[in-house]
Amino acid sequence: MSTFLWGILPYLCIASLVGGTVWRYRYDKFGWTTRSSQLYESRLLRIGSPLFHFGILLVFVGHVGGLVIPESWTEAVGVSEGLYHVNALLFGGLAGVCTLAGILILVYRRRTTGPVFMATTKNDKLMYVLLVGAIVLGLWTTLVSVGAGSEAHNYRETVSPWFRSVLLLSPDVTAMAAAPVQFHVHAIVGMLLFALWPFTRLVHAFTAPLHYLFRPYIVYRSRDGRTSGNRSSRPGWSGVGTSDRDRRH
Amino acid sequence: MRVMAQMGMVMNLDKCIGCHTCSVTCKQAWTNRAGTEYVWFNNVETRPGQGYPRRYEDQETWKGGWTLTHRGSLKLKAGGRVQKLLGIFASPVQPKLADYYEPWTYDYQTLIEAPLGDDFPVARPKSLITGENTKITWSANWDDNLGGASEMGHLDPIVAKLNASVRRESEEKVRFELEKTFMFYLPRICEHCLNPSCMASCPSGAIYKREEDGIVLVDQDRCRGWRQCITGCPYKKIYFNHKSGKAEKCTFCYPRVEVGLPTVCSETCVGRLRYLGLFLYDADRVTAAAATPDEGDLYEAQLDLLLDPSDPEVVAAARRDGIPDDWMDAARRSPVYALAKTYRVALPLHPEYRTMPMVWYVPPLSPIVDVLSSQGHDAEDRTVLFGAIEALRIPVDYLAELFTAGRTDIVTGVLQKLAAMRAYMRDVSLGRDGDPAIPAAVGMSEESLYEMYRLMAIAKYADRYVIPTAHVERAHELEEIGCSLDFDEGPGMYESGPFGEASGRPAPVAVETFNALKQRQTSDTAMATTESGSLTGRVNLLNWDGNGAPPGLFPGRSDGDAP
Repeated sequence: MSTFLWGILPYLCIASLVGGTVWRYRYDKFGWTTRSSQLYESRLLRIGSPLFHFGILLVFVGHVGGLVIPESWTEAVGVSEGLYHVNALLFGGLAGVCTLAGILILVYRRRTTGPVFMATTKNDKLMYVLLVGAIVLGLWTTLVSVGAGSEAHNYRETVSPWFRSVLLLSPDVTAMAAAPVQFHVHAIVGMLLFALWPFTRLVHAFTAPLHYLFRPYIVYRSRDGRTSGNRSSRPGWSGVGTSDRDRRH
Repeated sequence: MRVMAQMGMVMNLDKCIGCHTCSVTCKQAWTNRAGTEYVWFNNVETRPGQGYPRRYEDQETWKGGWTLTHRGSLKLKAGGRVQKLLGIFASPVQPKLADYYEPWTYDYQTLIEAPLGDDFPVARPKSLITGENTKITWSANWDDNLGGASEMGHLDPIVAKLNASVRRESEEKVRFELEKTFMFYLPRICEHCLNPSCMASCPSGAIYKREEDGIVLVDQDRCRGWRQCITGCPYKKIYFNHKSGKAEKCTFCYPRVEVGLPTVCSETCVGRLRYLGLFLYDADRVTAAAATPDEGDLYEAQLDLLLDPSDPEVVAAARRDGIPDDWMDAARRSPVYALAKTYRVALPLHPEYRTMPMVWYVPPLSPIVDVLSSQGHDAEDRTVLFGAIEALRIPVDYLAELFTAGRTDIVTGVLQKLAAMRAYMRDVSLGRDGDPAIPAAVGMSEESLYEMYRLMAIAKYADRYVIPTAHVERAHELEEIGCSLDFDEGPGMYESGPFGEASGRPAPVAVETFNALKQRQTSDTAMATTESGSLTGRVNLLNWDGNGAPPGLFPGRSDGDAP
């Protein structure tokens, strides 16, 4: 069971995430959007959406810090386990609470605003279950850790090595199996969320428009396509020639 | 100098009768889909009026367009790049559906299926957003013909500005009583700006300007629905498709323009008030022109960007920059260039937004003519008209806020030219000698005034629309080359495929009707008497205008068969 959960499932999820994203980007660019519902309702959105998004960005940074950076590195720069842990719980907990509050506002808005609810698909609902589940379970691990005080489980000796070993293609199943159950559940729901990611509206996160900071304001593009009008060439009528002939000018 | 070509439009507002045909045909062609119910790529506003969406011109609220920084460089009014990205999760200023209107349909089924009863069944309005019963409270032209202006007229941002200005305090305010007011129609499409702020606002870079003809389009595969363009466009001519989650906008009917056809709004315009043609402009100077310090100088700066296609220097530069010769020829014959730059009677809409809009307007003289006529004056007399343009301050002030960032002298000059044309041509059409003092008074020659009259009043189809076709190695012409088997009794004589009527390759409908239409509109006789005997022996009834019986309308009489 452990082998499947921590040795096979991660790779299935990664395959789904990468393969699904490539497939979606190739075949459904038109569907690749935030599907914003701000036109329908903006009063609650204006509170909930930034709260959730900024929160989840902080959570993401926290996860990268906790999972990718080995404990030995932080200790090498003089951050003790205790100090790191307090910080992680404090800021992680704060970001998590913001994220949860944000998404609860958004889900409440989605359920109670008629047009927004009507624009909600089954796909969205499944995604929300997994997303809220992952956030709640993540906060649960934090709560358990806070409750345990100094006795708290040090996930940087179990979960983090496993995570890195998965990325290095030699999964350290025993390390992860040694972690407490709350980490197990959180990780499984998280993996499922990532597996589902490319097939939901969450893909918009992959096209976060950071290049906006650097691109020129005015964009010129040459008229694409070689046919005029709105008619594409019909099957059986493609022109004779080689690929270099297709280059215009 | 970097020469670029731009498809532009001029609308002669004096001719607009506010029939909304352009809006309806545009909607049928482009936005009759779920998610775009409230979207009007083309809308016609009554001014004074709030416009669509409501009060879109109030940029202190909506933050559209550009503004200048302290150092005099251009900046998006809604904020810099970092600020825009930080606001991406909930766009800080975006019109809500209520600022447009909640689209609706009617429950027509009840009319048919209601059981027999004492009361007439009614079709109740149903919201197209929620599907529930709804109350219709606003629409895209709710204040049409000044409807409700006595109560809501002051909500027009320009009226508010005029009424609030210091100068106005000692004078009269804009009035909405029937006998004291004025009105005209303002059809609006996307401005296809040279310096578009929607494009600059787009985080994804999905909005682009086509190098060949300057048409501004949204790449539907790149748009991610970040909604910043809707804030960015000061004309609010980018709409959010709430079904697909993507931005959509007026396309300048590029599939039609590419094959030389006018846009749908132009083609169907009842008043024939729209002109289509090319501008050549210097792309290197656009940003500098848009950053002109004084708003009042923006009109002149924009005019300076337009290059004279007859200037040898421009011709050489255009050739270097890859503009084809037939496009240069079209640019020389361009009606929009003539109206905007040669005659200087077309003005850009809200140049103070600094986007360098490329849909221009000939301001209406009708508000002034109407007043004169209603007071029993001779509204075609030059001195009366000129005097009225000076005296009727409110319409002129209003037009100046709309078209010249408040410069009344420019608007007055244009109106005087229109008045001069009116006065001069009355003499000519009544068989009297034209008075050369009239064109001289507005700094024009008799010849140029007459040419302007031809373009504006006669406005032949071929003069209104000078649209060079897109260069795709002449691919589209192939569609019109006849089949070599199309001769009489030949296998191709019926222009249909091997499996009977309408099978095989379809005839390109737009091109077919365009040619038929062109023939009808440019010939002086009915189609029946032209040399149409050389046609294929079939008559397209859709093109038949009901006059006479063109050959081929009836099958030939076969001899000796009669009973």
